[in-house]
Amino acid sequence: MNLELTTQQKQAQSEFKAFVNEEIIPHANQYDRQEHTPNELIEKLAQKGYLGAALPKDKGGRGMDAIAFGLLNEEIGRGCSSLRSLLTVHNMVSQALLKWGNRFQKENWLPKLASGEVIAAFALSEPNVGSDAKSIETTATRAENFYILNGQKKWITYGQIADVFLVFAQNEGKPTAFLLEKNSPGLTIKPIFGMLGTRASMLAELHLNGCKIPLENLVCRQGFGFSHVASSALDYGRYSVAWGCVGIAQACLEACIQYTNQRQQFGVYLKEHQLIQQMIAEMLVNIKASRLLCYQAGYLRDNGDPKSIMETSIAKYFASITATKTANKAVQIHGANGCSSEYSVQRYLRDAKIMEIIEGSNQIQQITIAEYGYQEYLFSPNLPVISQELTARI
Amino acid sequence: MKAAKSRIKNFLAQYFGDRELQDDENIFALGFVNSMFAMQLVLFIEKEFEITIENEDLDLENFKSINAMVNLLDRKTTVVAGN
Repeated sequence: MNLELTTQQKQAQSEFKAFVNEEIIPHANQYDRQEHTPNELIEKLAQKGYLGAALPKDKGGRGMDAIAFGLLNEEIGRGCSSLRSLLTVHNMVSQALLKWGNRFQKENWLPKLASGEVIAAFALSEPNVGSDAKSIETTATRAENFYILNGQKKWITYGQIADVFLVFAQNEGKPTAFLLEKNSPGLTIKPIFGMLGTRASMLAELHLNGCKIPLENLVCRQGFGFSHVASSALDYGRYSVAWGCVGIAQACLEACIQYTNQRQQFGVYLKEHQLIQQMIAEMLVNIKASRLLCYQAGYLRDNGDPKSIMETSIAKYFASITATKTANKAVQIHGANGCSSEYSVQRYLRDAKIMEIIEGSNQIQQITIAEYGYQEYLFSPNLPVISQELTARI
Repeated sequence: MKAAKSRIKNFLAQYFGDRELQDDENIFALGFVNSMFAMQLVLFIEKEFEITIENEDLDLENFKSINAMVNLLDRKTTVVAGN
C-alpha cells in the first residue's frame, strides 16, 4: 500500500491550487451574491482543459486518472462550490456518453464537451420527483422521425447556460435517456433564483411542451435510462461532490487557522483557547478521514472495481457531513464576522448543506450503505470471522 | 465456462445471501437488488472477464440469469477471438 501521490498527481495538484487561488477565490463571494458565473471564468476553466478533465486524450480530454480528477474537484470546491458543480454535471454527462453513447454521439459530442465548446447539464429531477427518480413523469413518445418530450425538469444545475441536456423520460413506461439541445422547439428554460447555497450555479427549470428531438438523440437503449445511464452518471457525480466537500471543509479549516491566529479575545489569540482547539482538531481529523475515503474510492475506480460504487457513496456521505459540520464550526469560530457577507465561511456553510442533498440525499445514502454492510458481513463468500458468528445467529 | 459460472455465482452471493441461485433462475424477478446493482454487475463482468459491456449488450435477456451471463461472455469472447 502506498498512499503517496505520484509526481504527476502532485504537479497537477499544484497547478489546480494556483488556478483556484488566482482565478476563483478572489471573486467567489461576488459570484455568490450575484447568483451568476461569468462566461470568462468558464472559458478559463475550458482553456485549462478542466471541462474535459476525465475524458480520454483521444476524445480531446486531459485523460486524468480518478485521483487527479478528485484533486481537481477538491481544489475547485475549495474556491467555489458553484463552479465545482459545473465540473460535476458537465463530467457526469460526458462520462455517461463515453460509456453508453452510440458511435455518432461519442464522435460528435465528446470533443465539444472536452473543449468546453458545448456545456452539458444533467436533467433528472422534476417538481414531483427527487429521490424516487425511477418515477419521473416526463414522457417521450415516438412519432415518425422524432421523439416528442412532455413534462418539466427542475433544479437543473447550470441549466441557464447549458447547450445540451441529458434528459430522462418515460418512453412507453420505461425510463430512458435522451440528449436535448437547448434550441429544440418546444423547450423553454426558466432561471431559478434565491437558493440557499451554490447560488452561482445558475439553476433552471426546463419546460418541455411537445418538444421535438431527433431519433438519434436516444442515449443507450429504451428502459436503461435509470439503471445504467443515470446510475453511472450519478456515481460519477457523487465522486466529484465527495471531493468538492473535502474542498469546502479545507477552505473552512484554512479560514479558521488564519482567523484564530490573528484575532484576540481575553488578551490572547483565539488559537490559545482550548475550546477553539477542540473545534480545530475535530475539523482537521474529519477532513483527513474524508480525504482518505475519497482516495480509496478513487483507487477502486481506477481499477474498475465494482466496490467503487458503494465506496464512492460512503465517501460522499461522510464528506458531505464533514463539510456541513466543519462549516458550522467555522461560522461559530468567526462569531458575528462569520455571519457577515464580508467573510467566506457563511457561503461555505450554505454550500455545504446543499451537498447533503444532491446526488442522492444522505438518507438515501444511509439506506444503500446499510444494505452494503449486510451484504459485506452476512453474505460475502469471503466472510471475516466476525461475520461467520453473525451468520450463525440467523 | 464452468469457472465463469462459479465466479458469477460468487459475486451474486453477496446480493442474494444464503439463497442457492439456480443457473437459470431470473435474478431480476427475485427483487433483491437496488439501484446500484446494475452498474455493479457491469463493472464486475468487465473487470473479472476483461471485456467491455457496450450499448448493444444491454438487454435484460443477457443478464437475467447465471446461464444468460455465461452465454453473453461466450459470445463476446468468441467475437474478440475471431477479430
